Amino acid sequence: MRRDRSRLAAILPGLWLAAFFAFPFVLVLKLSLSDTALSVPPYTPQIDWSRLNAFIAGLDVETYARLVADRLYLDAWVSSLRIAGTATLLLLLIGYPMAYGIARCAPPARHALVMAVVLPFWTSFLIRIYAWIAILKPAGLLNAALAKLGLPAVNLLNTEAAVILGLVYAYLPFMVLPLYAVLERQDGRLVEAARDLGSPPFRAFWTVTFPLSLPGVAAGALLCFIPMAGEFVVPDLLGGSETLMLGRVIWTEFFANRDWPAASAVAVALLATLLAPILLFERQQAKVLR
Amino acid sequence: MAHWRLAIGVALALFLAACGKPAEQVRIYNWSDYIDPALLEQFTQETGIEVTYDTFDSNEILETKVLQGGTGYDLVVPSNHNLPRYITAGAIQPLEKAKLPGLSNLSPDLMAKLAVFDPSGTYAVPYMQGTIGIGYNTAQIAKRLPGVAIDSWDVVFDPKTLAKLKDCGVYFLDASEDMYAVALNYLGKDPNSTAAADYGQATDLLLKARPYVRKFHSSEYIEALANGDACVAIGYSGDVLQAKARAAEAKNGVELAYVVPKEGSQIWFDVFTIPKDAPNPDAAHRFLAFMLRPDVIAKASDYVQYANANAAATPLVDEAVRNDPNVYPTPAMAARLFVTTTKDQGLLRDVNRQWTRVLTAR
Repeated sequence: MRRDRSRLAAILPGLWLAAFFAFPFVLVLKLSLSDTALSVPPYTPQIDWSRLNAFIAGLDVETYARLVADRLYLDAWVSSLRIAGTATLLLLLIGYPMAYGIARCAPPARHALVMAVVLPFWTSFLIRIYAWIAILKPAGLLNAALAKLGLPAVNLLNTEAAVILGLVYAYLPFMVLPLYAVLERQDGRLVEAARDLGSPPFRAFWTVTFPLSLPGVAAGALLCFIPMAGEFVVPDLLGGSETLMLGRVIWTEFFANRDWPAASAVAVALLATLLAPILLFERQQAKVLR
Repeated sequence: MAHWRLAIGVALALFLAACGKPAEQVRIYNWSDYIDPALLEQFTQETGIEVTYDTFDSNEILETKVLQGGTGYDLVVPSNHNLPRYITAGAIQPLEKAKLPGLSNLSPDLMAKLAVFDPSGTYAVPYMQGTIGIGYNTAQIAKRLPGVAIDSWDVVFDPKTLAKLKDCGVYFLDASEDMYAVALNYLGKDPNSTAAADYGQATDLLLKARPYVRKFHSSEYIEALANGDACVAIGYSGDVLQAKARAAEAKNGVELAYVVPKEGSQIWFDVFTIPKDAPNPDAAHRFLAFMLRPDVIAKASDYVQYANANAAATPLVDEAVRNDPNVYPTPAMAARLFVTTTKDQGLLRDVNRQWTRVLTAR
């Protein structure tokens, strides 16, 4: 009886995954192996599900060959991962002390602070990014403030630095919340024991608190890194033309070239590279549960 | 329990009331800032048909949606050079001309130009036309280029001139086909060239201008020109004129001008078409019949500052708009304007790839 119920509990997430991840992914994969066509819809399906032999013969890998042949895609992939990686690192550096501080507060203050972290979500994401344009633009708030202080003006808007700034700002709650969840649950007596045994505060943190919070670090990093690698809105609004990211490449394939197969192939390639960290995280989580 | 029954009863009653007599609807998908809202109200008053009006800001987004099908729109407004793609794809349906007596009001000259894209006007009713040109801040440019007449593409394509404008903000359209058409024309090539070498030369030209361009974007320049963040932009005529009007409204001391350079430029038309799967093509025809009325389309032009295709409407258009050569091109200027044609998929892909190289220097 007990076993049946746990099996049922496992089926539901499985169904969820099948319906909202596996099925759409198969569609995208199929699309990426199709030809473009001027019709409604704008591609010819290359796969006839009824005959498997013809299916294998009919696969059109030309799109993938192009992804390899043209440096643009590799460059975009590298710079997406670089930008997302830099932003994730900054998020950790900013988010960890925040989460740590919140977890150390008395419960009423803690709730107020968590609320404050979530509060920006009440304003539209797009409006918050537009606000950054007003701050960073040449005659914007930042340069007005710098001028008051007698400092030279900086031109940040439409640079990679602005993209990273926007990403760090937009994704901070996704880093703070999982870290906070882990740190808040931690048994404070472990650190006390370390201190009683003569460990200085930083060492107690580094050998006790931090290793125990690693699942939160991993969850926060993945939660930020994965969507940031494919982010489109922030680089489009804050970045310059030379800020090359995969989200933008997919947009060009999809809208400017009307090339759905190529857009799908880029998306599949991005997913394939993101799958590795996800699987690592899964294994680590499984270890923790055991 | 009683509460629940009451709640369900009320909900059901509301649902039935809403369904009881569905008002007839027409759903329109048009460019942003491209109609006088008062005209939509007038249409509903006259016909009882409700208008649902949504907007987009690029041909690419429109085409991607319409070619996927099932948009639920009764009218969409692509530009001339994209029209053949819609026709080939079978994405739009032929007009029922019997329902559109106002078609005879359309300018024969313009319909002749449009015939390249839609032979004998089977699918499309033209709405507005405009040009691509240079929008600039008169004071800023005069300060940096003293004594230079702003009447040539040199201002934005000659690196030496452009370098002097770098600090005050240069914007280019992020529209590969439009930008290549004007660049090819500037180089003395056919703007509709299909030769790869021509596009290579245009790419070189654009790459040389690129270091001085602050941003490639198809709509941000409107606001940037209006508030003084940009001093020169390659843009669409009506958009620059709107920026000019916004600056005048804000009284911020920014004075803008628009010029179609002497080397010539692109003229484009936006056309109403009915998607093949439009839920209410009949209402779409009634809206088109309404927009073909000279008194209606004249008001539309007054509002958006673009020229319409309706010859009978020209005398009714506000004098200031009608006599502005940047809106209604003079015959001399019209002779220098060209239309762009449709590119096949392979060329389009190559051109967009080169454009990406211009944007990213990669």
